[in-house]
Amino acid sequence: MIPAEFHYTAPESLEDAIQALVDGGEDAKLLAGGHSLIPLMKLRLAAPSLLVDLRKVPGLHGIERQDGAFRVGALTPHRKLEFSPELGIVAKVAAVIADPQVRHRGTIGGSLAHGDSASDLPAAMLITEAEVTLQGPDGQRSVTAADLFLDYMTTAVGEQEVLTEIRLPALDGWGSSYHKFNRRSEDWAMVAACAVVKANGSTCEDVRIGLTNMAAVPLRATAAEDALRGQELSPENIAKAAELAAEGTDPPSDLNASTEYKKHLARVMARRAIADSLAA
Amino acid sequence: MSVAEQPSGNVGKVMRRKEDPPLITGKGRYVDDITLPGMLWASFVRSPEAHATITSIDTSAAAAREGITAVFTGADMTDVPAPLPMAWAPPGVQVNNPEHWALAKDAVKHVGDPVAVVIGEDRYAVQDAVEDVFVDYEPLPVVVDPEQAIAGEPFVHDSLGTNRVHEWSLAGGDVEAGFAEADVVVERRVVNHRIAGAPIECRGVIAEYRPGQLTLYSATQVPHFVRLFMALLLGIGEDRVRVIAPDVGGGFGQKLQVYGEELVACWASRRLGVPVKWTETRSENMSVAHQGRDQISRVRMGAKRDGTITAFHVKILADFGAYNMILTPLIPSLGAFVMGGCYKIPNVQTDIVGVFTNKCPTDAIRGAGRPEATQMIEVTLDQVAHELDMDPVEIRRRNFIPAEDFPAATATGVVYDSGNYDGTLDKLLEHVDVPAFRAEQEKLRSEGVYRGLGFCTWTEICGLAPSRVTGPAGVGVQAGLWESAMIRVHNTGAVTVYTGTSPHGQGLDTAFAQIVADKLGVDPAVVEVVHGDTAIGPEGRNTYGSRSLATGGEAVCKATDKVVEKVKQIVAAELEAAPEDIEVAGGKFSVKGSPDKGMALADVAGVAYIGAVPEGMEPGLEETNFYDPENFVFPFGAHACIVDVDAETGKVKVLRYVAVDDCGNPVNPLLIDGQIHGGVVHGIGQALYERVHYDADGQLVTGTFVDYALATAAELPNFETDRTITPSPVNSMGVKGVGEAGTIAASAAVTNAVIDALRPLGVDYINMPLTPMRVWEAINEGSAAS
Ligand SMILES: Cc1cc2nc3c(=O)[nH]c(=O)nc-3n(C[C@H](O)[C@H](O)[C@H](O)COP(=O)(O)OP(=O)(O)OC[C@H]3O[C@@H](n4cnc5c(N)ncnc54)[C@H](O)[C@@H]3O)c2cc1C
Repeated sequence: MIPAEFHYTAPESLEDAIQALVDGGEDAKLLAGGHSLIPLMKLRLAAPSLLVDLRKVPGLHGIERQDGAFRVGALTPHRKLEFSPELGIVAKVAAVIADPQVRHRGTIGGSLAHGDSASDLPAAMLITEAEVTLQGPDGQRSVTAADLFLDYMTTAVGEQEVLTEIRLPALDGWGSSYHKFNRRSEDWAMVAACAVVKANGSTCEDVRIGLTNMAAVPLRATAAEDALRGQELSPENIAKAAELAAEGTDPPSDLNASTEYKKHLARVMARRAIADSLAA
Repeated sequence: MSVAEQPSGNVGKVMRRKEDPPLITGKGRYVDDITLPGMLWASFVRSPEAHATITSIDTSAAAAREGITAVFTGADMTDVPAPLPMAWAPPGVQVNNPEHWALAKDAVKHVGDPVAVVIGEDRYAVQDAVEDVFVDYEPLPVVVDPEQAIAGEPFVHDSLGTNRVHEWSLAGGDVEAGFAEADVVVERRVVNHRIAGAPIECRGVIAEYRPGQLTLYSATQVPHFVRLFMALLLGIGEDRVRVIAPDVGGGFGQKLQVYGEELVACWASRRLGVPVKWTETRSENMSVAHQGRDQISRVRMGAKRDGTITAFHVKILADFGAYNMILTPLIPSLGAFVMGGCYKIPNVQTDIVGVFTNKCPTDAIRGAGRPEATQMIEVTLDQVAHELDMDPVEIRRRNFIPAEDFPAATATGVVYDSGNYDGTLDKLLEHVDVPAFRAEQEKLRSEGVYRGLGFCTWTEICGLAPSRVTGPAGVGVQAGLWESAMIRVHNTGAVTVYTGTSPHGQGLDTAFAQIVADKLGVDPAVVEVVHGDTAIGPEGRNTYGSRSLATGGEAVCKATDKVVEKVKQIVAAELEAAPEDIEVAGGKFSVKGSPDKGMALADVAGVAYIGAVPEGMEPGLEETNFYDPENFVFPFGAHACIVDVDAETGKVKVLRYVAVDDCGNPVNPLLIDGQIHGGVVHGIGQALYERVHYDADGQLVTGTFVDYALATAAELPNFETDRTITPSPVNSMGVKGVGEAGTIAASAAVTNAVIDALRPLGVDYINMPLTPMRVWEAINEGSAAS
């Protein structure tokens, strides 16, 4: 790997990290797992002048349950999420990110701050209705997942802010499932759908469906959710609701999939995800 | 593994690869591990345009940067008299061969074409400076589609007034007469799309010129060829040029080449008087190291109602990219030699047209022409079977060249050495219960599961090559393709084998040691195999075309036999017996019938080097052989693949892959299985995952391993391998090549399986790559049609 020249610092406190960002100006970048940023630097598509490595900053790790929610530190690697079944849909999503090497290095904070439209965790944040905490030179603020993802690789995280933790409401009693469609198991999603379903007997009390890579940002399949909420959870009703999963979307075509094919996949993945949520 | 009885010697035994321990513990020595005193780094400025005139190059800012020693362009290399080589001159055939310079002179013809080289103190400095070389390009019209390119303008090379490279045909019998006899004629457009070599080690070179002496380290399969061309292009005596291929991390044909980067490094080292190193990045490797396949073929097969094939006619349009590399236009012809496959087809014709496009050049990639041919034969044969409502196994049996016909001359005059095609198919069917599969398939279809079974029975031509056939007077390769070996028994009885082949991952150090050990009565552990250094051992012809064992190994045998001959004479003299009565057994050379009285090789070496040899004999124990085979060898096999297709999404999953191969006598079954596994992955990769793709502007859109999808272990089943043994009569060991076998067979087996799965959905035919979207579209079209 032959990136452009850069400076590197590994501060030992959150304050120092933020200060380093402020002092470093607009070309300073945080470094978490490095599995999005370093590939870009290697191809010289990114050339930060300063890398502020978060690895020595205390308090950014771990998963804790508090007041009906999980507090997940931003530096928690995907691998840790994968083996935390109490996180429900988030654990299932994390388990199919790339391969074990990537999952050991990549972090939830990095993934959410980066905001790649094909990345897996953002849609799960939408349907769990998570919130992130951002700490900057002017203090702390909270941003909901719905407000976090602004555009392709553009998030609400400010240039001088650190995403410190994620608050994941615990969806006790909800079933969940993730269906990721890709060519090889280690690939990014061509399209993916995650679902959480709260059943009351055989009735759908509530349902949330998230879509990955159907737009520059993750989406909620609200038309499908509305069609199923309050209905009998029969295969026919699930199929009918899933038919609406791509409603209002216009995903760009790419090397592997046309717009039409992606929309078709969204419907299929949504149906499979809802159906499998009932079993889990 | 089917071969139950363990052989008495080392040959035929499962032995772990002796070369592996250093390689898998990080102790290998690849080009990039080598640093020379005073060494500078090189980095290339490459064209972002697919086709453009260079109007100016401003190197001043780059040259002024700290740590930069020099920046050179094509205009600086005026003392290189000739462009890069293309070594195929078929008698009577015109091959358009535009000049191809190591650094582009006035125009660039594909993305990545090098226009300048920056030389400096470290790798980062040169990479930074590359961005400060300012090149003005005047874009020219681009052509990437070979069918469009052959139709006319725009031209990749204006001076030629055409994009056509050449036309070449090989015919036997009379195909039109054959079609006239046929009850059915099936015609298909078969696409063998472009793939990359993708070795785990990218290319790399270090050139060190000291007055009168050039040493080049290169990650190459062909150090001997590289030496010859460096000498010619730089005007240095060949004896003064040494090329070393240290550990090489795979090649797959991509490193069977004489590359411009090699020449530039050597030239710059001479110019600057210091060693110059270049290590290729993966991005460069994906865009400028030669690629393979890229053929579109019109294929016609005619058959009688009983399934007998009467004629096979193939018209190949082969996309060569922007230039001819060392063997580019020859590659499709290698397929033509076996265009009848393992079938007795009286009338076979292959017509090849080569075409230039604004893409990276193509050349040999694992299988080189034969995977394409096999795809055309085997997929079309299944189409014919379907047309005749015949079982795919049945139609194959009907047409096999019978075992008793060997050696068998095909319609085109190529003589297959040995074969037993029913034998491999019988063995395959021991593993694959077809009636049970069909019953299960039927049942699953009613449950909405689409499972398919595909076959490929194949043969290929390898063990390159009899020089009389491939050489200047034959097919037109401007070289003999014999092979050499030298065996040195040291004073202590240790043995060194020098081979002119250049293994780069195949396991030949182990195979050659096994062969030599048996003949000399020593442990394979004391047999060292040396290769990849033109200064050590005899002149050689390197590694490609599944040649290293059948050709290089036979040279090793013959050289060892000469040593054995001398050993026997020495032993006979010492033991006062006749040389004919001396045999090797239990680690000793002894008189037949009295094994306790004998001499170990070390004892014999002692005599030979002390000089106490029989009257008239030269001292020493060292022999050389140059072996030029009488014929090629023709490995064969029967493969089956079972897939599931998700009819909703089009995604294909390989459930089983069974490979029964016959590569003659096995030297080491473990090495054979290793080659089959890797080859099959390559073929499955081509069928389902891998594709080099350029957009309409000639921009490469599959330049990383994210977009260029190599199959991984997670996508693949455990391969089931078995073998039959039909020795080759061509060489004394009875061996055939196996390095390309799996690749040659697999893509057709997979394609046939996918078509078999999809037939109830109205899909009769589909071209690779069988990506989910393509399969989904085919299913949609199929349902719409039916
Ligand atoms: C081969 C490969 C395959 C992959 N496949 C997938 C996949 O299938 N699905 C998937 O979802 N992801 C995939 N990824 C991406 C992987 O999950 C990344 O690791 C992740 O998206 C980013 O996390 P990181 O910790 O590596 O972030 P980094 O690369 O370190 O940082 C990414 C960006 O976020 C910023 N950043 C990081 N942490 C913070 C923070 N705490 N606060 C503010 N800004 C921050 C950085 O400045 C940078 O701009 C893949 C990566 C690779 C290399």
